[in-house]
Amino acid sequence: MANQISVGEPAPGCKKVDPILVAKNVTRQFGGLTAVNVEHLEIPRGQITALIGPNGAGKTTMFNLLTGFDKPNTGEWVFNGHNLAGVPSYKVARLGMIRTFQLTKALSLLTVLDNMRLGDQKNPGESFLASFVRPLWKSHEKKITAKADELLKRFKLDAKREDYAAALSGGQRKLLEMARALMSDPKLVMLDEPMAGVNPALTQSLLEHIKGLKDSGTTVLFVEHDMHMVRHISDWVIVMAEGKVVAEGPPAEVMKNPAVIDAYLGAHANSDLGDVNIDDAKEGI
Amino acid sequence: MDWLNILNLTGGELIGAYTAAYVLCALGLAMHFGFTGLLNFGQAAFAALGAYGYAIATLTFGWNMWGSVAFGLICSAAFAVVLGIPTLRLRADYLAIVTIAAAQALRFAFATSAYDKVTGGANGLSQFGEDFYSYNPIPEGRYPLGALDFSEKEIWIRIVGWSLVAIAAVVMLVLTRSPWGRVLKGIREDEDAARALGKNVFAYKIQSLVIGGSIASLGGMLFVMSSQTNQPQTWGTNFTFMIWTVLLLGGAATILGPIVGGMTFFALLMFTQGILEGLVNMGWLPFLDIAQVGQIRFLLVGLVLMLLVIFRPQGIFGNKKELQFNG
Repeated sequence: MANQISVGEPAPGCKKVDPILVAKNVTRQFGGLTAVNVEHLEIPRGQITALIGPNGAGKTTMFNLLTGFDKPNTGEWVFNGHNLAGVPSYKVARLGMIRTFQLTKALSLLTVLDNMRLGDQKNPGESFLASFVRPLWKSHEKKITAKADELLKRFKLDAKREDYAAALSGGQRKLLEMARALMSDPKLVMLDEPMAGVNPALTQSLLEHIKGLKDSGTTVLFVEHDMHMVRHISDWVIVMAEGKVVAEGPPAEVMKNPAVIDAYLGAHANSDLGDVNIDDAKEGI
Repeated sequence: MDWLNILNLTGGELIGAYTAAYVLCALGLAMHFGFTGLLNFGQAAFAALGAYGYAIATLTFGWNMWGSVAFGLICSAAFAVVLGIPTLRLRADYLAIVTIAAAQALRFAFATSAYDKVTGGANGLSQFGEDFYSYNPIPEGRYPLGALDFSEKEIWIRIVGWSLVAIAAVVMLVLTRSPWGRVLKGIREDEDAARALGKNVFAYKIQSLVIGGSIASLGGMLFVMSSQTNQPQTWGTNFTFMIWTVLLLGGAATILGPIVGGMTFFALLMFTQGILEGLVNMGWLPFLDIAQVGQIRFLLVGLVLMLLVIFRPQGIFGNKKELQFNG
């Protein structure tokens, strides 16, 4: 099946028509264990890409490396024309690559609204000297408050705007973290298990939000274990196992790939059979 | 028991120059701990650098008051940067260990006889306040206030001290309510989240350390100015823990907290001393003598600090709502 995303047939490490992120020879070792060993990886621009794989495949480590939260042993990667190897995490974020965390990091003792305002990156009042001169940042503050309110409304958190983030439920914190990431209009949003711990009713609205991001021109890369979600919203799927990219392609094709079946069945072999989703197993995932 | 005298002395502590000095140090610590989450157990070092910086600039360099104040501030800012660069990347608990060690090392450096021409060694320095008191507009004499009476110097240092407290409080209020202060609070809550949002966490921490340290160094200058003596043993860990008590009593992430906390703490200290001395004189506490009362009251202070942290960890002014989430 032809696709508009890769150049030629999809294969692990294949070239993309318009990549936003290109990584080469990225390796990370923890002692004797090689957590990540990726020869070549490209993330397509303007698409929703899922990064899947069994536990311990190196997905989160890869996230940490790409965003500067961890340093690789070797490798380099280019994001939107900027070489990011060795660039500290806050500068990565300033270049438009914003991540969320697997364990949600809501800023508990800040209000929901302050959480949102903190997501903005161009506030002149955040510099020490300018903070003394209110007129320098008052109008900007007003602008980002309006933007925050708009986003909160979209994520159905507007009723909570004055509450401490600590007062939100787990699912609402996930929503807040995602909304906060959008405050700076990022070019690439990296979501680490956005659905983990979110109840099914909220899942649907989260999925809509992620699709909405794509419509507004943002590239999305997310890690997820929920195959239903992966199939439902992603345009492209990258499968990692034991630190390597073992397969990639459009979701429907990747799910049939023997390497993927192998990686997941390998994972299932050690787990309780009760945890295996029968429908998924029938389709060979 | 002479209740009137006890109450007068207690009231005197409320506006004391030492009280103002501790309040300044506690305001600086509120910036570090309350707003940025930096667990600094070396606040005494910042105060000591202010005091020594001032005294050395006056006595060794022969500078006037303004130059000496500037030198004290520069010393503590330089210390903040030198201390901060290697340690602010550490986790909070390691920062606590390093700051307490650095403060002790600094105190020993001041006490050592190797530099006693400049630092005065173990005896410290004295008589460096001439220029400061030359600005005193109040004519010589005794000025009664209730049952207490003050000399013109005592009034002058109280006016300067509490004016400094007011200025520092306003500066902190402006800072903590600005977007800059919001970033600090974000770092306090989760520094990785702040990084992921594009904040240069390290730079903000250094700024916080320098600002809080500078306010504390003003406290240190004030502390040594009333007696015009600066001794190395003043700046031990007990000085730091008194500041912590003042801060936690009032509320760590507040501005009014350290001010009222300091006044309450020293008034309480004086009050307990008065009561205990009264009871000893009346023979009700046969196991104590007057000389031991000074020690016993610190024991009581320790007890109060423990009870405070257990039953009211948010302090007098802390927001109770905040605490619901930490158990």
